[in-house]
Amino acid sequence: MRVHAKRVGALSGGLLFPALSMADWTVNMTPGVTGTSNDIFNLHMTIFWICVAIGVVVFGIMFWSIFAHRKSQGAKPANFHENTLVEVLWTLIPLVILVIMAIPATATLIDMYDTTESDIDIKVTGYQWKWQYEYINEDFGYFSNLTTPADQIGNRQTKGENYLLEVDNPMVIPVGKKIRFLLTANDVIHSWWVPDFGFKKDAIPGFINEAWTRVDKPGTYRGQCTELCGKNHGFMPVVVKAVPEEEYNTWVAEKKAAAEKERELTQKDWSMEELMERGEKAYATNCAACHQADGSGAPPAFPALKGSAIATGDIAAHIDIVVNGKSGTAMQAFGGQLNEADLAAIITYERNAWGNKVGDMVTPKEIFDYKNQQ
Amino acid sequence: MSAVADTHAQDHHHGPASGISRWLLTTNHKDIGTMYLIFSFTMFLLGGTMAMVIRAELFQPGLQIVQPEFFNQMTTMHGLIMVFGAVMPAFVGLANWMIPLMIGAPDMALPRMNNWSFWLLPCAFLILVSTLFMQGGAPNFGWTFYAPLSTTYGPPSTTFFIFAIHIMGVSSIMGAINVIATVLNMRAPGMTLMKMPMFVWTWLITAFLLIAVMPVLAGVVTMMLMDINFGTSFFNAAGGGDPVLFQHVFWFFGHPEVYIMILPAFGAISQIIPTFSRKRLFGYSSMVYATGAIALLSFLVWAHHMFTVGVPVAGQLFFMYATMLIAIPTGVKVFNWVATMFRGSLTFETPMLFAIAFVILFTIGGFSGLMLAIAPADFQYHDTYFVVAHFHYVLVPGAIFGIFASAYFWLPKWTGHMYDETLAKTHFWLSFIGMNLAFFPMHFLGLAGMPRRIPDYALQFADFNMVSSIGAFMFGTTQLLFLLIVVKCARGGEKAPAKPWEGAEGLEWEIPSPAPYHTFTTPPEVK
Repeated sequence: MRVHAKRVGALSGGLLFPALSMADWTVNMTPGVTGTSNDIFNLHMTIFWICVAIGVVVFGIMFWSIFAHRKSQGAKPANFHENTLVEVLWTLIPLVILVIMAIPATATLIDMYDTTESDIDIKVTGYQWKWQYEYINEDFGYFSNLTTPADQIGNRQTKGENYLLEVDNPMVIPVGKKIRFLLTANDVIHSWWVPDFGFKKDAIPGFINEAWTRVDKPGTYRGQCTELCGKNHGFMPVVVKAVPEEEYNTWVAEKKAAAEKERELTQKDWSMEELMERGEKAYATNCAACHQADGSGAPPAFPALKGSAIATGDIAAHIDIVVNGKSGTAMQAFGGQLNEADLAAIITYERNAWGNKVGDMVTPKEIFDYKNQQ
Repeated sequence: MSAVADTHAQDHHHGPASGISRWLLTTNHKDIGTMYLIFSFTMFLLGGTMAMVIRAELFQPGLQIVQPEFFNQMTTMHGLIMVFGAVMPAFVGLANWMIPLMIGAPDMALPRMNNWSFWLLPCAFLILVSTLFMQGGAPNFGWTFYAPLSTTYGPPSTTFFIFAIHIMGVSSIMGAINVIATVLNMRAPGMTLMKMPMFVWTWLITAFLLIAVMPVLAGVVTMMLMDINFGTSFFNAAGGGDPVLFQHVFWFFGHPEVYIMILPAFGAISQIIPTFSRKRLFGYSSMVYATGAIALLSFLVWAHHMFTVGVPVAGQLFFMYATMLIAIPTGVKVFNWVATMFRGSLTFETPMLFAIAFVILFTIGGFSGLMLAIAPADFQYHDTYFVVAHFHYVLVPGAIFGIFASAYFWLPKWTGHMYDETLAKTHFWLSFIGMNLAFFPMHFLGLAGMPRRIPDYALQFADFNMVSSIGAFMFGTTQLLFLLIVVKCARGGEKAPAKPWEGAEGLEWEIPSPAPYHTFTTPPEVK
């Protein structure tokens, strides 16, 4: 990924701290890889230079006064304190500049809002603290989670190149196609941003927002959630891989086959060991952020599961809270997020890990029946 | 009549009561002003300490000092304390001290309410700060407390936070009523509205803004209270509510609020620059109209904080144009200040240094504000460190430098002593360098793609974050020097004359320094 942008607009900061070989002193926005991001970059640079020009004039006159009209230089104060012509001029000239600025801004904005005639529609759903991407015309979808190890965040391991900007399943899109995004959220407001695409849109529960992009250059593009969404707001990156169209088609075929396989998992006969093994992994991905890897939680917002009344009590209540969530709390309804195999594995794992020795288990088939009877 | 009235007046020519009751029961505008200022500075140090925690965590990538939960509590409390605890009370303190002296009034119009509106504040902040020690921690949803993060997903202490906001709001509204009543009714004979000092004008307009928007803030937190405790669904989509409604209501308060924090500073700067330029303020009446225009426009631009929530394109365009228009009256003010300095006879005592830095750096904040107004570009800037840089540039060298400039300007009047000019200039230069070092690199971070409100960041942001933290530590530590300067000035120093600044004009300079406990019991005549 490109890290060194053009050093246009290097302000005093750029002059004070010259670039070191190992350091990244990027000071400006990057033009990005889409038409929109290039338009935005041009708007940004235009308004920037207008501001610089105004600044040079205003501060120039000010510094001239500071230099030439000092009392210590024997300056005597003049007596003027009004001048209608000057006052009218410095009201009208900025107005003209603003109108000139508003014209290209309006054009870009109207273009950004034109989500018609898209080739591919992807639904993006924000969750605390991961993204779900659903290819709504292709009938599959998946979650995208941060993969940076906790040891790197906790400084026990050297940080990798894409520290905090790496995920298990990136979004994959074909180059040259108009992609329409439908954004929403499951819990709190999130915001989906890839700087190189030049769009950022909030994902809001109960709303569906639209946005679009067309990426011309293949590559991996990285961004982050940009609306404060709770404790792991800084840990839900966005990664998008733009690939040539054939590669995209192959990938879609693979994903569809995998989705079919997942559905078959529900029908399989599972042993306790298999469920526990799958459960440990699924728990780490989906539950540990709040309830912690050792089940100790972070009370009162995130209760402990170790020794909890639900995890060690009636299994029906346990299934209910995992599948349907608990309204009014941060506990989400996982029924729609996870497949039956993962739900069964997680519930079984929670009942039999960290000293919770209930000994019972629930199979994916039972979860399937439970979800259907509702 | 006169004989009786005179004896009566004689009886009441006394000084302050002694002991704690002087402060608890006082109705004297000078005592209350002093208490507001001390309270504000205390909150400034507390909010600043939290900023130091934030900058220490962001010194390097990785989590070193605090966990994300606590980091979010720090950003939230830092914002709330600085806005409601430090900046707003400081201006109310200045208003209390200076408005009666500037308009030739014996006191504020409603002195008992004045006492009450001050003493509500420590109560409100005691509640707010105590949430840090509650189970589940303090509010952690940012000072903008967007629902549903602050309602359905908020910590149990949110209800206490709401109560604290209500009390602060009551205090602010009472303070504003007092300012309006004083300015409209108690001006000395001959002082027409268009002869009032600019500081009085900007405060009058600010007070109307406060009365207009503090009830809106109270409304939005009350809706939160209902959602959290009484099962309503104002902001809960699952119950048919609307999370975006929260943002509309909040920013309808929030945008005028940012002018509440800057207009009084505009006023103070408009007193200070003419004084040290030894030349009358350029374009007095256009200054008044520009302030009024800014205040009116501030009600029409709230959705520019919400360009990414999916406002329809027509709304987007309206709010973009309206926001850009604010640049015009703001520009007029800056041009007027520069024109005041032009061909003046300038000296550079500390208040003037802070005032000049105010004009330059506030203008830089204004420029980035203009950039943010361009809606398409805002999609890239929104919720990044570019925004953090922008609002710190208008609030730190804007509001806070305005307060420092005012404090140095009027300290001789308050204490009767001159402050230590060398120390004060050191305070200025260290603050100036520290502040720019802390906040200028944030522009770069935001443009490079760093979101705000994150406790940890990708490696390409490491260098500028370190620079920024060093600047922040420098700025933070420097403020202890201000405490030293003020204490030193209060306890002694060179005797200040009634008018310590050669170019100063106005009624406040016609009374002795320190200002007697009771002033203008007989109204002065203004020609």
